[in-house]
Amino acid sequence: MKVMKKVLAVALMAAMVVSMTACGGAKGGSSTWKIGGIGPLTGGAALYGNAALNGAQIAVDEINEAGGINGYKIEFKAEDDQHDAEKSVNAYNSLKDWGMQALCGTVTTTPCLAVAELSAEDNIFEVTPSASNPDVVSHDNCFQVCFTDPNQGSASAKYIGEKKLASKVAVIYNSSDSYSQGVEETFVKEAANQSFEIVVETAFTDDSKTDFSTQLQQCQDAGAELVFCPFYYEVAAVILTQADQMGYKPIFFGVDGMDGILGVENFDTKLAEGVYLLTPFAADATDERTQKFVKTYQDKYGETPIQFAADGYDVIYVIKAAAEKANLKPDQTNEELCKALSQAMTQVSVDGLTGNGMTWAASGEVSKAPMAVIIKDGVYVSVE
Amino acid sequence: MKKTTKQTLITLGMVLACYAVVEILMALGLVSSLMKGVLVPVCIYSLCAIGLNICVGYLGELSLGHAGFMCVGAFSGALCTKFLEGFIHNKAILFIIALFVGVCMAALFGFLIGIPVLRLNGDYLAIVTLAFGEIIKNIINNIYIAKDGSGYRFAFINSKTIELGEEGTWILNGPQGISKIPRISNFTIGIVLILIVLVISYNLVNSRTGRAIMSIRDNRIAAESIGINVTKYKMLAFVISAAIAGAGGVLYAHNLSTITATPTNFGYNMSIMILVFVVLGGMGSFRGSIIAAALLTLLPEMLRGLSDYRMLIYSIVLIAMMLFNWAPKSREWRDMMVEKFKEKRLKKEVD
Repeated sequence: MKVMKKVLAVALMAAMVVSMTACGGAKGGSSTWKIGGIGPLTGGAALYGNAALNGAQIAVDEINEAGGINGYKIEFKAEDDQHDAEKSVNAYNSLKDWGMQALCGTVTTTPCLAVAELSAEDNIFEVTPSASNPDVVSHDNCFQVCFTDPNQGSASAKYIGEKKLASKVAVIYNSSDSYSQGVEETFVKEAANQSFEIVVETAFTDDSKTDFSTQLQQCQDAGAELVFCPFYYEVAAVILTQADQMGYKPIFFGVDGMDGILGVENFDTKLAEGVYLLTPFAADATDERTQKFVKTYQDKYGETPIQFAADGYDVIYVIKAAAEKANLKPDQTNEELCKALSQAMTQVSVDGLTGNGMTWAASGEVSKAPMAVIIKDGVYVSVE
Repeated sequence: MKKTTKQTLITLGMVLACYAVVEILMALGLVSSLMKGVLVPVCIYSLCAIGLNICVGYLGELSLGHAGFMCVGAFSGALCTKFLEGFIHNKAILFIIALFVGVCMAALFGFLIGIPVLRLNGDYLAIVTLAFGEIIKNIINNIYIAKDGSGYRFAFINSKTIELGEEGTWILNGPQGISKIPRISNFTIGIVLILIVLVISYNLVNSRTGRAIMSIRDNRIAAESIGINVTKYKMLAFVISAAIAGAGGVLYAHNLSTITATPTNFGYNMSIMILVFVVLGGMGSFRGSIIAAALLTLLPEMLRGLSDYRMLIYSIVLIAMMLFNWAPKSREWRDMMVEKFKEKRLKKEVD
């Protein structure tokens, strides 16, 4: 028994040591661009990660077909972070071993905060498709393609005020989620300057996201005509179902997290009719670029792309635009690439799926026009 | 040499040997960044597993809230660092103070929970600690601390009462947690902490106090009848166990630059994970706890190459290891193999 234990211990130690060395990565100049992608491919937020990284993959395929960036092909590798900061750091490190030169990610905010610290240290250029916290871009090497949380909140309030959608508005938000809370905060702040009145502000947490009858009752009693829902689609599906059971039919207004609600399993999409969401991308847009993207996406993945897919797609084109502006080659060191790309970012203007003429300030935040989408007959339709 | 001393030295030696091997490999540039990144988490989970092992393996009380103590340690340690960052620039001193604060806070919460619960018999501790883990997460998600020109601002539940000035920064912003924590943790610090905790734990369980604690586990009535103060010793073991988890939390907070109290990192799933380390490694075996924690932390990362299948394989490997280690049949088979091995060696010697 004892001998066995010793043998086992030695064997385990040996296995660990071998595994550590086995993945020692090769580094140095390469003849292709190596772009990594990090996002939740499994777990609760998987829909976002998969959409964003699938979108990026489509962009990579297109660019490679057209001859690559500055004549060099792109290699793209996606890693899973399960929407967890610690896992995200591991994903980042494994991509670093692979020889990543630029990062498309991470898709969700909290992991992105942790990864952005590392990429700044390692001089790896980073463009996030959808991490919307303003702190994400506090380092020079990191840029956003999506709006920041504060921008989404105030843009929503302005939109509701200008279009006079309602005079009494209720807000339900997730107080244990940084994204939801960030949007809610600026929405309420901006609402003070608008023509409507906030009659109810009510919260839930991640631990209590299965029953919303109390919150909805509050909204109904206060006579709210519009409910602002700054949270993710899976919760929104529950709220819509329960509101329907109560016979409460206000306008529901969401932000980009609401995107994807039509893809929820066992959810009656009829309930989502008339839901507004503020998102920069609608799959029904008639311009050629969007239509081509939607078709490719449907052919390849069998579903209609959501905004995150478009964000991911744009990230790759943004990196391409910056690399072409600075006339870079993949055999340069990461330091050179990162510095040149970060500088070029403030000079480029990109026409993407999520906005025309996107430009970036040195701070890393994007400037583009927000757009609202309404769900009609089971599809996202842009409202003018 | 006493048998217990020998066991202690073997475990300490094993940790040191691992450290030396990894350091040498790192110096030679043979360790991938992925593995470098996992080294600190391995230390963190080893610490927590050792802590929980005192409670589950030696005291015989089930705790399902060790992630909660980790959470307390992480947040109090990180807050301490954020407060002192401007005054103390030496990272080592900063970390030691944070460690002290984090450990003390975790111990304090362990003590407070212990007062009512450890007087009871039965599985109450499991239920109460489970609740504690959930409560502490929710409380932290509702605390807001900010700093601006006029000093520190505090708010509970409603962050809108804090009107930040131009230069204001959030220190703890409710569910957004604490960000921009200096990344001080490294492998060396982790190993030093493990060594310290191991020495403390082995000394505890091999002392008179340790024997008293184990006697409570084995037979409470008998222990009481020979005059052992049951509540006192239970409390002692539980508080030490919580404090060690707090140390793990401090290490955790200073490893990632941002911490948030979410169900994935400090929820009851994490508590169960720590319990899995302890059970797989063997109740009452600190060495086993470390090996199990290291193995189960490294495993999902090693399986990254298998993409989506890794979740499936991870679970299968977990079940297989659990069976191999602890199923009666498998133990019989292992004993048999060892017997055969010995017989062969005997025969060889005879020949």
